[in-house]
This record gives sequence, structure tokens and C-alpha cells, in this order.
Amino acid sequence: MKLKKIAAASALACATLLGVAAPAQAQVSGDVIRIGIITDMSSVYADLDGQGGVEAIKMAIADAGGSVAGKKVEVLFADHQNKADVAAAKAREWFDTQGLDMLIGGTNSGTALAMSKVAAEKKKPFLVVGAASSALTNDQCTPYTVHYAYDTVALAKGTGNAVVKAGGKSWYFLTADYAFGAALQNDTSTVVKAAGGTIVGSVKVPLNASDFSSFLLQAQSSKAQILGLANAGGDTINSIKAANEFGVTKTMKLAGLLVFINDIHSLGLKTTQGMYLTDSWYWNKDAEARAWSRRFFEKMKRMPSSLQAADYSATLQYLAAVKATGSDDADKVLAQMKKTKINDIFAKGGYIRDDGRMVHDMYLMQVKTPAESTEPWDYYKVVEVFKGEAAWQTKADSKCALWK
Amino acid sequence: MEFFGIPLQAFLGQLMLGLVNGSFYAMLSLGLAVIFGLLGIVNFAHGALYMIGAYVAYLSLEILGLNYWAALLLAPLAVGALGALIERTMLKHLYRIDPIYSLLLTFGLALIFEGVFRDQFGVSGQQYPVPEALQGATNLGFMVLPNYRAWVVVASLTICLGTWFVIEKTRLGATLRAGTENPSLVQAFGINVPLMVTLTYAGGAALAAIAGVLAAPVIQINPLMGSNLIIVVFAVVVIGGMGSILGSILTGVMLGLVEGLTKVFYPEASNIVVFVIMAIVLMVRPAGLFGKEK
Amino acid sequence: MMASTHRWARVAWGAGLAFLLAAPFVGVYPVFLMTALCFAIFACAFNLLLGYTGLLSFGHAAFMGSAAYATGWLVRSAGWSPELGLLAGMLLAGALGLVVGLIAIRRQGIYFAMVTLAMAQMIYFVCLQVPFTGGEDGLQGVPRGNLFGLIPLASDLTLYYVVLAIFVAVFLAIIRIVHSPYGQVLKAIRENEPRAISLGYDVDRYKLLAFVLSTAIAGLAGALKTLVLGFATLSDVHWSLSGEVVLMTLLGGMGTFAGPVVGAVTIIGLQNFLADRVGSWVTVIIGVIFVVCVLAFRKGIVGELLAWQQRRHSR
Repeated sequence: MKLKKIAAASALACATLLGVAAPAQAQVSGDVIRIGIITDMSSVYADLDGQGGVEAIKMAIADAGGSVAGKKVEVLFADHQNKADVAAAKAREWFDTQGLDMLIGGTNSGTALAMSKVAAEKKKPFLVVGAASSALTNDQCTPYTVHYAYDTVALAKGTGNAVVKAGGKSWYFLTADYAFGAALQNDTSTVVKAAGGTIVGSVKVPLNASDFSSFLLQAQSSKAQILGLANAGGDTINSIKAANEFGVTKTMKLAGLLVFINDIHSLGLKTTQGMYLTDSWYWNKDAEARAWSRRFFEKMKRMPSSLQAADYSATLQYLAAVKATGSDDADKVLAQMKKTKINDIFAKGGYIRDDGRMVHDMYLMQVKTPAESTEPWDYYKVVEVFKGEAAWQTKADSKCALWK
Repeated sequence: MEFFGIPLQAFLGQLMLGLVNGSFYAMLSLGLAVIFGLLGIVNFAHGALYMIGAYVAYLSLEILGLNYWAALLLAPLAVGALGALIERTMLKHLYRIDPIYSLLLTFGLALIFEGVFRDQFGVSGQQYPVPEALQGATNLGFMVLPNYRAWVVVASLTICLGTWFVIEKTRLGATLRAGTENPSLVQAFGINVPLMVTLTYAGGAALAAIAGVLAAPVIQINPLMGSNLIIVVFAVVVIGGMGSILGSILTGVMLGLVEGLTKVFYPEASNIVVFVIMAIVLMVRPAGLFGKEK
Repeated sequence: MMASTHRWARVAWGAGLAFLLAAPFVGVYPVFLMTALCFAIFACAFNLLLGYTGLLSFGHAAFMGSAAYATGWLVRSAGWSPELGLLAGMLLAGALGLVVGLIAIRRQGIYFAMVTLAMAQMIYFVCLQVPFTGGEDGLQGVPRGNLFGLIPLASDLTLYYVVLAIFVAVFLAIIRIVHSPYGQVLKAIRENEPRAISLGYDVDRYKLLAFVLSTAIAGLAGALKTLVLGFATLSDVHWSLSGEVVLMTLLGGMGTFAGPVVGAVTIIGLQNFLADRVGSWVTVIIGVIFVVCVLAFRKGIVGELLAWQQRRHSR
């Protein structure tokens, strides 16, 4: 018993010392501007943002000169593995012990919502690039959260409206059974019905299902014209693959409600041709975007997704605001950002609203056929541009207390 | 004609798909059942070995240009060799102690394999094309069935029943069963029991690899494909009866059918219907449906 | 010799505790330590079942997580004060443990583990589906509130000492349980169950009580973690966490008191430390530790230390 106690005490002390080694640096940044990104670096969404996002941020820092207002700029990054607890804990730790000045939020809505709360508590700016949930600027808005790239409302308004207009009136949803999928389905249904379409039915599919065949069969027997894919990442890829296999694409058109260029690259044009999707940016949309994307391609050997471009833009705009105000004080910088128009490779004439939403153009695009594609990664043709406010949540529908 | 509120056509379609999935489940649980049934090892690495089998197929296509049929031979050989290595260097030492340790060892191995592949390949997954001979689909009247899926049913059930036959009905199988039940006695007959054990584990691993190759054209090959399925596979083996190979084959097929029906009536639950069945079976027949109480 | 060990024990024991008391002032990040202590409580609870009763439960995370959700919801949406929330979480986990235990206890060894796994998966599914948990988003925005309505817990420092106090209380409670006559019977059951039955003990009753105690304490760990971090997520009920707690106990030393604590702090520290540096290799490293422990280090850190001590003294 005594021996156990010795072992207990000494081992306990040793183990705690290990803990000391970990996050014990308690220096506060006085003379360094620290930007942090917490995103999925190793799991289902790693290609959309991940390491490429970090590179994009580094490009922005380099383009801003490497140092701003006399202070060097550094970037931290961490992998949240799609876990809200990991994300929030890391964010809190960075704010408390690393003197983090600005946090960028990567993919996954759950993590973004958690980090948003931490940032609000610590009163530091939080720029959400990867997550989709419109709640970030709606019932869960905070003065410190800026939702930068896209959200579920924009996706719904984009794809939903456009597809109905193009003749796809009857819809059937294949929905990933979690909050994000449900939100996407709800938002899109509202838009489709308002545009004069009908919802024939829907089916909830467990997240990360390995086999979609039976759900697709149900979709097919509904005789709807459009199959709305209210899912993301691996689920989207698998359901598209299966839809082709089972001949569903012969009788229904696919509407990908959240699809990134990496997904198309993974599946290939043969499988995805003709599919409609809404995105906030496309590498080939104009000369400026193309030039920047080539730079990105040199580093990463793949074309940037809209999220990676947004990472670049968010960092650039933040640093510009720091330069303009001459300080890294959160309130001053956010105020500066909110009164400055955003004009860079990501958005033209973009601005940040009172509810934290960054308003900019959204693009409805259609996947090219293999014949139409002239070079690698040349996958989309732009069908329609939603200018400014058209794509986003309206004040009437918003529950954000900051935007009245 | 309606059948519980859905048209007969749709119902038959779902049953067909259930059969396809069921035969796949049977194939996947076969290796696990063999290893547990004969060696008493709970092989948590089974999912990882299945995943490695799929990657062998993918890599042999990418790097060596070998097609699907070659992969069907190469993957089990490669993964079987890996299995033999694992058994020889690590599992061998754990037979004399609590079986929990071999479970934990294989659990750790699964983490290692998954981590290494995740680091190398990311998790978005890789595409693997359906072999030319099996492309296209057949219109069965009530649904369109891709030919490849029909092949999966045929191949799985053939291999499953073949394995069962070898183990239960042939002399080799009898020797195998005797050797694992009473090693010292069988060894006294001059039979190299440790070698048999190694080969049995390797065989189970090889079966996992074949399942991986069969799955490759259907789902995205990604490092997590094994861990997503491993718990379901365990449930199948437990329901079937952990000593019984026929048990897990039949349970696998049955589960596929039940899951298929659940997907029609209550899709959200399709993921856990297997666990509900497992809990019920274990309460009523603790050794599983076909198992022998030890 | 015993007298000097006694003195040494007191000194080392005091040093360890003093370190924990002073830790926030020495520069250790309190939130990290609090999280580690919560997992240490979880591992201690698990060890009670595995190390002292010999039952391997493969679904223990389900109990930790359910309590995490329950307490989170009660404190956030029902406005309960933290200590009542903690108590409620603990009781819920214990109740769940009773239900699962009643089904699982009748089976032995690997079947027991499989039943606990099956039930845990069902609990996971319930947590995924039920709206109040927030599904994949998690249950967020749980305030820390005021302990007993008086002591505000918003400050990391205050909460740290509360968590430390609870941890020490749980630790001492487990020592008491193990050394009690009840604990001795549990040990007997672990060593030789048929013998214990033949001696007339209602073995199932003892095992069930151990299971319920273990799940209740695991629930306390989960509920506490929710207060510390302000949310409960699906990671708390996922089977990979069940595997992690097995590793923590194995690495630290099964059947020792300090073992699970050492294991928990080490694994949490490793994950924290390595996550920034080696990314996806963390899984590999955890796997390697598992393999190495099983093959060559079965007694775990504390177990090996104890064995070494005994060898030294027996010379």
C-alpha cells in the first residue's frame, strides 16, 4: 500500500510534468500578429481546405509584405478532425496562451459554432471560411464572428432557384442525417416551393453510409425530376457514384447542394457532367483568379477550392485592416473591416454586414461534359451570377440581434 | 400492388439490394469467423486488413498496371503474408495469457495501419474502376441491377460456402480444427501445429483482403473504410455464434436483408438494427444463433 | 525499511499533491489540466471495472457521454446549478449502467465486451438522433454557472480547484471501495470466479454493483468535462473513446490506483502535444503504444514501477 503511494505520487508528478511541457508557453504576443486556422486537416474535408488553406494564408501574409504595422505576422494551424471539442479547446488554448490575434475557421459547422462562442468570450475576431451553417450569422451571431465564404442559405437560393427555373420542378432529397444535411434540405425546400416547384419526397441517410443503393432506388421510384443531394464530402461522392451505377442519372438530374471542385476532380467529368452546383468562387472565373490559382497550383499541385481562396482573401483583408488602423486591437480592426469594401481575387465589391455576413457574389455553375473541358481542372461553366444581397439571408428572416 | 405501403416492385428491389449487401457482409465476416472460430482470437485488425486489401488492388493498378482479376489474386497473397508476419512476430506470444490481450494488440495494429494509410492517402478516397467484363447493368424488371453487384453476390457466396466446406467437411479442415482445439495432441502426430496456426491467421487475413478487392469498385477506397464497418462485422459474427462459420455466413445474408427492409421503413435506424438484433440474440441465445456454448 | 518507505511515501505523495495545487501558477494551462483530470476520473472508473473486477467493457464512453449531454442540457437549457447538474449526470449514467449491466453481466469475457459494445452503439445512435443533443454539431454554450449558487465558476482558476477537489475525492473514494470488504470480494471474483461462487457469493450482484459504480463515476467525469469545456459532442459517446480509455488504463497500469491517472494524463498530454506537430501520426503513435504495452509492458507504467520496487526490496 505504501509502495503504491510512492508510485502513485511520483508517477503523478511525472505525468503532470509532461503536461507542463505541452501548453506551458504563456507568452502574450505584443510584437507579433498571430493568425490561426483550425480546420479539418486529415479527415473527410481535408482536401477542401486543410493544408491548402494554410498555404493560401501563407501566400496572403507574403503578399501583405510579411509584416504589418511594424509587427511580424505568423500563422498557426491545427487539425480539429471534425470534432467540435478539439476545435474549441485548441481555440481557447491559443487565445489564452499563444496570444492569438485572429482565428480562421475551417470546415464543419459544429466546430465553427463552438469556436464562435470561444472567440466571442475572448473578444477576438473569428473569420469563418469553411463551415456552412447559416446559424453563424442568424440566431448564433456574435459581434466577433464574420461568415466569410458561403452558407446554407446561399447554396439553397443558388441551386434551388436555378434548377427549378431550368425546368427541374419536382425534387427528391437524399439527405445526410445530421443538422447540416437537414438545414440544407429545409433551406432548399423553402426556395424550391417558393419558385413554384414541388418536393416529392426525401430520405435520411446515416452519415458516412457505405452504400446508397437502396436509398437511390427509393429516389428513383418517386419519379421526381431532380435528385437533391443534401450531403457533403465522401457521402456526396459515394451517392453520385452509385446514382450512375444504378442508372438513376438516366431518369433524374443530380443537384449537388454542397459540392467542391475537389469532389468533381475525384469523381471525374464522366460521372458528374451536367450537375448543377453553387459555389462562392471558381479558379477560372476571370484572369485575376486564374493568375492567383496558378501560383497556388505551383505550391500544392492542385487547383484551389473556393475555401482556400477565401482563406487567402480573409487573411489579406484582415492584415489590410490592421495596417489601416495601425493596431491589432480586435474591436478597432473589426470596425475597420466592416467599413471597407472587399476587392481581391475572391470577391469584388464585397462587404461585411452587421450580422457578420460577408456579402458577395455567388455563382451557379454546371459541370462541363468531358468534351467541353479544355484543360485539367477546367470543370465548370458559369450559368448565373447572384449579385450582392441576392444570395443571402434577408433581414426579415434573420433572428440576429445585431442586425435590426 | 402494394406491400406494406410500398409498391411490390420497390419492395423486391430493396430485397435484391439487401441480398447484395448481405452476401458482402457474409464475405467480410468470414475471415473474422475463421480466425475466432479456430484460433479464439478477436481480430480487431480485420477492418484494417480489408482496407489494405483494397489498397493493394488500387496500388497494383496505379503502379503496376495490374487489373482487377490480378488484384483478386495478389491482394490475398500480400495481405495473407502480412497476416502471417503479424502472427509470427506478435500474436504468438499472447496465446498463453488472457485473450483480451490479443484483442487489444489487434486493436492497436488497426490504429497503426489506419494512421499510416491516412497519412499517405488522405481520407477523400480513391477511385477504383469496375472491371470491363462486369460493367453495365441488367434490367431485372423491377429494378436495374449493375452487373458488378451480381458478381459480388456470386463471388462472395461461392467463397463463403467453399471455405465452410473446406473447414467443416474436408480432412484438411478436420486437421485444422483438431490442431486448434488440442494442439499438443495433434502435434504429437507429427503435424506442425504452429505453422497451421500461422496459416489460419494468414488465411483469415487473405479473406479480408478479397472482401476489400470486391468492395473497391463499389465504395470509395479510403483508409477509414475498415473502421466504419468493423463493428458491424463483429456484431454479425457474434450473432451468428462466435465459433460457427456457417452461422456468420447466414447471419451476414440475413442482416443484409433486414437492413434493406429497415432502409425502406425507418432508414435512420438502418445503422443500428444489427446491434438491436445482437442484443436480443445475446439475451435469448447467449452463444449466438449457431454457436456452441464453450 | 518500512519506516523509511513510509516517510518516502508521505514526501512523494505530498509533493505530487503540492504540484497539482500549484500547477496553474507554475505556468501549466489550467484548461488542459482540468480536461486531463476529467479523463483521469474516467480512467479510474474504468479501472475499477477492468483492473479490480476483471470485466472489460467496450462501450464505456457511452456512459461518460450520456452524462455529458444530460448535464449540459440541464445546466444550459433548464437552468440548473452546476452541482445539481453534475449529480444528475452521475445518476443518469449509473441508471444506464444498471440497464446495460443487467443485460450484459450474465455473459462472460468477450461476450460481455460485445454486449457492452452493442448497447453503447445504441446509446450513440440515440444521442445522434435526439434533437436536444444537437447531433453532429454537439450541445454547445453550456455556462459554468455558480457552484451552490454562490461561487462563480467562470474563472478558469476557480474551476480548476473545484475539479481538483472532485478528482481527489473520487480518487480517495475508489481507494476506499477497493479496500473495503466489498472490494475484496471483487478481487476474489477477478482472480477466480468459480471459487467465489462456490463460496456462496452472489457473484452477479457484486459485478453489477461494480458496473453501476463504474458507470456512475464515468458519468461524473463526462458531466464535469461539459462544465469545463462548455459543450458535449458525439466524440464523448463514440466507440473510439471507449478504446482510448482502455489504452489509458493499460498504459498506466491496470489494477493500480495511480495507473489510470498516469495513463490518462499521458495520453491526453501526448495528443495535445503531438497534434500540432505530427498530425495524423498521432493515431499511429497511439497504436504503437497499444502494441508495445500489450507485448512488453503489460503492467503499465505504474505497475512496472511497483514491480521494480518490489524486486529491489526483496533482494
